[in-house]
Amino acid sequence: MSNGTPVSPGLAAKPANRSKDAAVSSVVEAPSLVLGPNNIIAPTEMLGSHAIVRSLEELGVKDVFGLPGGAIMPTYDALMDSTKINHVLVRHEQGAGHAAQGYAMVTGEVGVCIATSGPGATNLVTAIADAHMDSVPMVAITGQVHSAFIGSDAFQEADIVGITMPITKHSFLVTKAADIPRMLASAFHIASTGRPGPVLVDITKDAQQSMMEFSWPPKIDLPGYKTVVRGHNKQVREAAKLIAASSRPVFYVGGGVIKAHAAAELKEIAELVGAPVVTTLQARGAFPDSHELHVGMPGMHGSVSAVTALQQSDLLITLGARFDDRVTGVLHTFAPNAKVIHADIDPAEISKNRTADIPIVGSVKEIIPELAEACRARFAESGTPDLTAWWSTIGRLRETYPIGFTPTNDGLSAPQNVIQRIGELTGPEAVYVAGVGQHQMWAAQFIKYERPHAWLNSGGLGTMGYSVPAAMGAKVGNPDRVVWAIDGDGCFQMTNQELATCVINKIPIKVAIINNSSLGMVRQWQTLFYDSRYSNTDLNTGHGTARVPDFVKLADAYGCVGLRCERDEDIDATIQQALAINDRPVVIDFVVSRDSMVWPMVPTGVSNDLIQIARGMTPEWEEED
Amino acid sequence: MARHTLSVLVEDVPGVLTRVASLFARRAFNIHSLAVGPTENKGISRITVVVDAEGDLLEQVTKQLNKLINVIKIVELTPEASVQRDHILVKVRADAATRLQVTQAADLFRASVVDVSTDSLIIEATGNADKINALLAVLEPFGIREIVQAGTLAVGRGSKSMSDRALRSVSA
Repeated sequence: MSNGTPVSPGLAAKPANRSKDAAVSSVVEAPSLVLGPNNIIAPTEMLGSHAIVRSLEELGVKDVFGLPGGAIMPTYDALMDSTKINHVLVRHEQGAGHAAQGYAMVTGEVGVCIATSGPGATNLVTAIADAHMDSVPMVAITGQVHSAFIGSDAFQEADIVGITMPITKHSFLVTKAADIPRMLASAFHIASTGRPGPVLVDITKDAQQSMMEFSWPPKIDLPGYKTVVRGHNKQVREAAKLIAASSRPVFYVGGGVIKAHAAAELKEIAELVGAPVVTTLQARGAFPDSHELHVGMPGMHGSVSAVTALQQSDLLITLGARFDDRVTGVLHTFAPNAKVIHADIDPAEISKNRTADIPIVGSVKEIIPELAEACRARFAESGTPDLTAWWSTIGRLRETYPIGFTPTNDGLSAPQNVIQRIGELTGPEAVYVAGVGQHQMWAAQFIKYERPHAWLNSGGLGTMGYSVPAAMGAKVGNPDRVVWAIDGDGCFQMTNQELATCVINKIPIKVAIINNSSLGMVRQWQTLFYDSRYSNTDLNTGHGTARVPDFVKLADAYGCVGLRCERDEDIDATIQQALAINDRPVVIDFVVSRDSMVWPMVPTGVSNDLIQIARGMTPEWEEED
Repeated sequence: MARHTLSVLVEDVPGVLTRVASLFARRAFNIHSLAVGPTENKGISRITVVVDAEGDLLEQVTKQLNKLINVIKIVELTPEASVQRDHILVKVRADAATRLQVTQAADLFRASVVDVSTDSLIIEATGNADKINALLAVLEPFGIREIVQAGTLAVGRGSKSMSDRALRSVSA
């Protein structure tokens, strides 16, 4: 990194920087591509199954999530003898997948899940797709039928490499025991470098059962895999030039900043430039919510200030974000007057949806400090941009239209209040893991995030059922932190079997079921766009219903502490009670109003300029001077 | 939509053709022709893909292709700066009365007759797409029984080799 003393204008390109322009030097050339300590292990005879476990140990893996079955049994037999790897036996393979995601999201390490062939492998598919959409470093290891049976429709055979091809960063089919160390090391390298993502390693039963010669480290040979981490110097300088000349710049911050562990770098450049910062759903916590430069989350359910900052901007400083449709709304109406600086490690994201004026390929961890330095140099020459007028517009919107909610009419608690109190009483050091739907949006809006890796959710794929297993994985990765699963009554019923895993393995997560007795987000859309015709969104879990299942009894049956909260005056006490229990999971059934809606909202198919702060209500815009 | 020819150097590993082909399908690109075979370097195959696409969409698909781990290098070969050849086998109806006309037509296109029977001929031709289409138009009236066509092959003109730099940067 080159965040040394500010360079004088005439020497914008320091000799040390100049060499980075060379094409070859921008390619990652770590001493070894193999993760872990790279212990030297002389050739030793062992079974393929033992080589799998040994490779995982050498790669530094400490925790894995999985469930055995016929084609992976040899590996499970070897796993039994490992003293270094903690295996968490899940109740459904999807749970293993999401747990590996949660683990990876809080630790920054590669999450590992293991399943058998056929249905075991296909049960991982949702989690793999989720990890692919949200760029989560994950390695999924699946057993495969004997190589001689592949293609014969053998028992529990599924072409999982074929099935997952569009939803993995890469995949390996291992049919020879000798290939195991190299392919596993390659899988971990691919999953964790560049734009992170899931890698599948499908290993035939005979490869697990054959003898091989194990040595470490293996040689990784991936001639087609090159990751650029350093931003191009000239582009960085051009970007600084645009920043210096802009009058309405915005930092549009995406999940890439968290993946790159670049929150500190972001804070530095944001304070240097003084521009508003918006953090997308995937970037919540990349920049402190309490910081005066933070103006909120953009997008369909973003704050008025964040959405408007992007819409009225003349320069988007885009860092590790991908112009997702939930952020842009109708694409051609998005930030119509803005030039775009787009820094991303994945070249395919640049100009995919919105053409970038200044594309910068590389890791934001490297790019941001260099951009900060270039800005310093530029500002020294031409002055720091005056953003007073810009801030008076955005500041007014932030004050006038804060994220808020209205009281309910049915006597039941407001779900937003429940979620807000959980955040306030637990604090920013906890980890919050949402499912998908209204509660997810409220958890993004009403909990204050002050640090990265504290907010986990399924953003890209939108997987209901993510919360409980991902929270479980997060708690394994961060055992000393309080981990809240903020879940919905619909989501919870998709994956709550992992409560058994949590109880048996002493993984004391806290689950807040925001129980509005319905598929709430779908119901909201039915209210708004389908004439209040509530087709198949009633779940009968809430107040005045049959209460099937009774979440408190369900929690009790699993050996968790089950609590129910039905009145506003009990909210704080119930949360406090949950916070005091640390020896087993707690499940709280927060019975809330089903009529509460997520606001603000940009309806689909319209410009972000038409953001509504409540039904039929748009903000009052001030004419620009 | 414009037609583009891409040359793709890939590792010769199982599944690589599926990965490349399915990427085109996934991004809604129509593959016009596809040719794949070994190269001068062991372990490296070359795929020649002809696709119909607008320029910026082609750039996006090229970037997506580059993300495939087994893809080493991609270049677009323009008609002006490359030699592009189609290869075709055509079975044409030809009896004693018409055989001479058919073989003369084949001669005009420098195509060769590679099989003869009492009522048909098989003609083999190589050339660019225009030439092949012209040949087919001439043969059409005699009655075409079967056409088999290989994917377009393409190579850049001049002494430069596509694999030179790609493989050097790999070993560097």
